Amino acid sequence: MSDIKRITKKRKFRKDNTLYLLLRDPLGRAGFMGIALIVLLAIFAPYISNFDVAEIHSKDRLQAPNSTYWFGTDNFGRDIFSRIVYGARVSLIVGIVSVSIAAGIGFILGIISGYFEGRIETTIMMVMDVLFAFPSILLALLIVAVLGTSIVNTMIAIGIVNIPVFTRTVRASVKSIKSLDFVADAKSIGLKDRDILIRHIAPNSLASFIVQATLALSSAILTEATMSFLGLGIRPPEPSWGSMLSESRAFMELAPWMVIFPALFIILTILSFNILGDALRDVLDPKLKL
Amino acid sequence: MSEYLLTVKNLKTYFPIKEGLVKRTVGYVKAVEDVSFSVKQKQVYAIVGESGCGKSTAGKSIVRLIEPTAGEVIFDGKNLSSLSDEEIRLKRRDMQFIFQNPYSSLNPRMNVYQLLSEPLKTHFNLTENEMQLQILEMIDKIGITEDQLWRYPHQFSGGQKQRISIARALITKPRFVIADEPVSALDVSIQAQVLNLLINLQKEMELAMVFISHDLNVVRFISSEVAVMYLGSIMESGSTDEIYQKPLHPYSKALLDAVPNIDPLKKKRRSSLKGEVPNPANPPSGCPFSPRCSRADDICRKEKPTLSFYKGRNIACHNPLE
Repeated sequence: MSDIKRITKKRKFRKDNTLYLLLRDPLGRAGFMGIALIVLLAIFAPYISNFDVAEIHSKDRLQAPNSTYWFGTDNFGRDIFSRIVYGARVSLIVGIVSVSIAAGIGFILGIISGYFEGRIETTIMMVMDVLFAFPSILLALLIVAVLGTSIVNTMIAIGIVNIPVFTRTVRASVKSIKSLDFVADAKSIGLKDRDILIRHIAPNSLASFIVQATLALSSAILTEATMSFLGLGIRPPEPSWGSMLSESRAFMELAPWMVIFPALFIILTILSFNILGDALRDVLDPKLKL
Repeated sequence: MSEYLLTVKNLKTYFPIKEGLVKRTVGYVKAVEDVSFSVKQKQVYAIVGESGCGKSTAGKSIVRLIEPTAGEVIFDGKNLSSLSDEEIRLKRRDMQFIFQNPYSSLNPRMNVYQLLSEPLKTHFNLTENEMQLQILEMIDKIGITEDQLWRYPHQFSGGQKQRISIARALITKPRFVIADEPVSALDVSIQAQVLNLLINLQKEMELAMVFISHDLNVVRFISSEVAVMYLGSIMESGSTDEIYQKPLHPYSKALLDAVPNIDPLKKKRRSSLKGEVPNPANPPSGCPFSPRCSRADDICRKEKPTLSFYKGRNIACHNPLE
């Protein structure tokens, strides 16, 4: 009996905890901190911002950054810093929710179509090819036009548009993993298809999936910006980084801070997610665990 | 109940060759062409042959890891080809498969504990304690320590990996196992160690085993009966000792002659085999071995010999050696 107690105990003290390994890696730490910063901005937006996002200071239009307006003001005299802090909420939520929709559905469809051949695969891939055939912005606009303009529908639209990419990536890696010996071994052990998929194929196809997810996150934030610009995303005066960027277009030479700050935050967010994704992929590789 | 645990009758596995836009089947690779043999309880039965002769495919077809095209596999009184997928899945508890290459047959994302508990969780309803007891018992047999239970496959040597893979196959206490060249991917220096482990476990667990190999020395060491395969068909089968002492089929003889001998005084006989193994998609007419056989005559080129009983063993040849 003492043997058994020891077995379970040892398991708990293992240092192969993903978060632990992630934070030990300098790049992982950098990405994690970048995202933490944005998340904190989004959560504590009311305490951080100096002004209301829609508050118009008609005397102080297009002010350069100064001690009152840290990042300057826009053409209506609204405080850019406050808008960026609130915009973090929109951008993060849109990015995360829409990528979760796309990644979740895409992953499941990809695994199923990669593992089961024949009619299921053909049907799924046919639908994906149809989705793929539309330019993504056009498709997203179409979906929003059907569902109606709202932030939730924007997220759904961006999510649907991104499903095919995930399905394809995951299916490709499942197909290559399926032919490996350990899958045949799992079958010879007598595992159910479901368990082979969940325990053997899915974990091993995570690497390309995670990279794809971080890429999709950045493109989702940008798609939201484009849609807001076209008037089918976030409704003004609600700020999002994308819409701020597009509003600044006309004033770029006059007030470059209108472009620079939202762009900086978009870059910071996307870069952090990409770095984190990279580090996460490395950490999830069992060969790096000691 | 017959004395045989496993009987394979006229097993055939063909792979279609598809061509063109609509994937029309233009022919078949006859990987396994008519293989029949029987394995008794607790017996080690070897299948030898050159690479590409279909021995691995035969092994995988027997346990339906590859669906055979035709033939019967009777295991423990049940015809495996008549079972549904779910029935065969449950049957796998009793018949396991050991893969050739332990570098690829172990999931890199699972540690030893997960690898060994998985078969138990699949086939038995054990409590955590019972399961751990069985795992501890098994790792003791294969020489893995308790500390190493939490390690991942890449942290082990090739020999250790193959021992883990053997443990994974045997932990459900099957009655029959197919070992597909279990040592050929390993360094020569550790082959013996893994082979001894496998043989000891086979004796201890009273396993029947089909041992697939191209290494004639290993086969002689391990098996009591052997089948020599060539291009998907069995050429000769019978007691290992008899065949090694006096092969009757020209192919068995050529194969045995090719084994290096360490006795410098013994006169070296060069292998009598010429040419290449024919393409299994386009096999020669008649006896598959006829184009390379020194004893082949007209009938060999026309008619395929069937495996029949001759001088105490089974042989498929029109002109057997005396």
